Amino acid sequence: MLDSLIIGAGPAGLAAAVASARQGLRVRVVDEFYQPGGRLLGQLHQEPDGTWWNGLAEAARLQQEAVEAGAEIRCGVSVFHVTRQDTSWIVSTSEGVMEASMLLIATGASETPVPIPGWTLPGVMSIGAAQVMTNVQRVRVGTRGVIIGINILSVAIARELLLAEVKVDRMILPAHSVISGDASHPVAVMQSMLRIAHLAPSPLIRMGSKWMKSTWMQRLGTALYPSRGFSMWGIPIQLRTAALAIIGVNQVEGVRIAHITPDGQPVSGTEQIIPADFVCIAGELSPLAELAAVAGCPFAYVPSLGGHIPIHNERMQTPLDGLYVAGNITGIESAKVALAQGTAAGMSMAFSHGSLRDPHVLSDSIKQIEIVRNNATLQFHPGIRAGRMQVGLMAAERSL
Amino acid sequence: MNARIMKHPILGERDPGKTMQFTFNGCAYSALEGETVAAALLASGIRTLRVHEEKGTPRGMYCNIGHCYECRVTINGIPTVRACMTLVEESMIVEAGTVLPTPLQKGGHHGCLIP
Repeated sequence: MLDSLIIGAGPAGLAAAVASARQGLRVRVVDEFYQPGGRLLGQLHQEPDGTWWNGLAEAARLQQEAVEAGAEIRCGVSVFHVTRQDTSWIVSTSEGVMEASMLLIATGASETPVPIPGWTLPGVMSIGAAQVMTNVQRVRVGTRGVIIGINILSVAIARELLLAEVKVDRMILPAHSVISGDASHPVAVMQSMLRIAHLAPSPLIRMGSKWMKSTWMQRLGTALYPSRGFSMWGIPIQLRTAALAIIGVNQVEGVRIAHITPDGQPVSGTEQIIPADFVCIAGELSPLAELAAVAGCPFAYVPSLGGHIPIHNERMQTPLDGLYVAGNITGIESAKVALAQGTAAGMSMAFSHGSLRDPHVLSDSIKQIEIVRNNATLQFHPGIRAGRMQVGLMAAERSL
Repeated sequence: MNARIMKHPILGERDPGKTMQFTFNGCAYSALEGETVAAALLASGIRTLRVHEEKGTPRGMYCNIGHCYECRVTINGIPTVRACMTLVEESMIVEAGTVLPTPLQKGGHHGCLIP
């Protein structure tokens, strides 16, 4: 029987495999994708010091380390059920039943779909789809596209499209709806963009962001915001334009847009159709936690972490015997934080297994998560620390 | 313009590997080693992978990571296979989903149950 089965071969799962296999545990990692790496695979962005974060290379390095440490990685395996039986976890997969004394769920996150009229037309895709198609599968998603939804992820991927010579005509907001919420509100979007303005290539935008710290300045900024928008890497970012519908017969042919007020209301008489052969819709990310729910793990609803979070302590243990979580399933943060969490989860499983000779290695790996978080160039949400504290308290209440 | 990104300023050159032949709805297409069915078809300009089972409206890849099932196709006779998660293999036979009959729907709306 396996000591540890890890679901998800992303940064958290692979790092956990490396850490626990090095401590002598029998480890297997399964992943639904045909290649290990998870969302690392598509990532490609420039750090403020000018170096490139190449997720593909990171994934290859982690995969090699995991295999060298003795972990087994199986791709193309879908997990559809997990249940605890006596002293082990029984995991039902597309490749048969697997059994392990400990189970780590590191399934990451998924994009929240934002429905827009016409979004079922071929040529409309999630922003993550465009990233994987461009950087992993190396096929251009079109010749002229519109990105609907302005957030950290979509701005980063817009630049990746540009690097691959895919033209992004502009980035705009989704029209206001129950589902789009703050994502269709220019002032709210500007507030969230200011958190990443220090990464902008233009000194003007960086400088501007310093002046815009107060809310009334932001409001004024959005009101005065030119309708043609500002541009990053030559891509117009239009906070005062919304997508009303995606147009086409057999595939995407264009997007019907309109100017919007600072509160997100369409201005009548400003509608027009812009041509496009592809459209990316960028929603927010939320933890992909179905398997933890199926296992019977209790949850906490923490909006700053992206939604429903399996309750866990700093050792990445859930209240269920032998069930661990790591990575974006515990809250939306960068791949580097996921990696550090994976290492801690791996050490934690080794500790429970009784094979960790020096317990300081575990406490150091937990401290390392906070160090990585503090050094992060961008924070996905300003309330991450408070959210994590809330989950930690709930774990403590359950005397974890 | 070639849809395949053979040269990339940061990621470097893509190793083309071997070229494989496959069919989609009876037409021949080629794929490079390591391309999914969805990627190989997109590289040939094919976006529509199926039609809605009831309405017949076109559908294509949406999430490209296996979550949404919008790209489901029939591969070598096996239905509901995700085109975005399946690597092309030599001589693979891919077929788009088609409109399915809905004999019960008519009865439900206009049959004797509703006067």
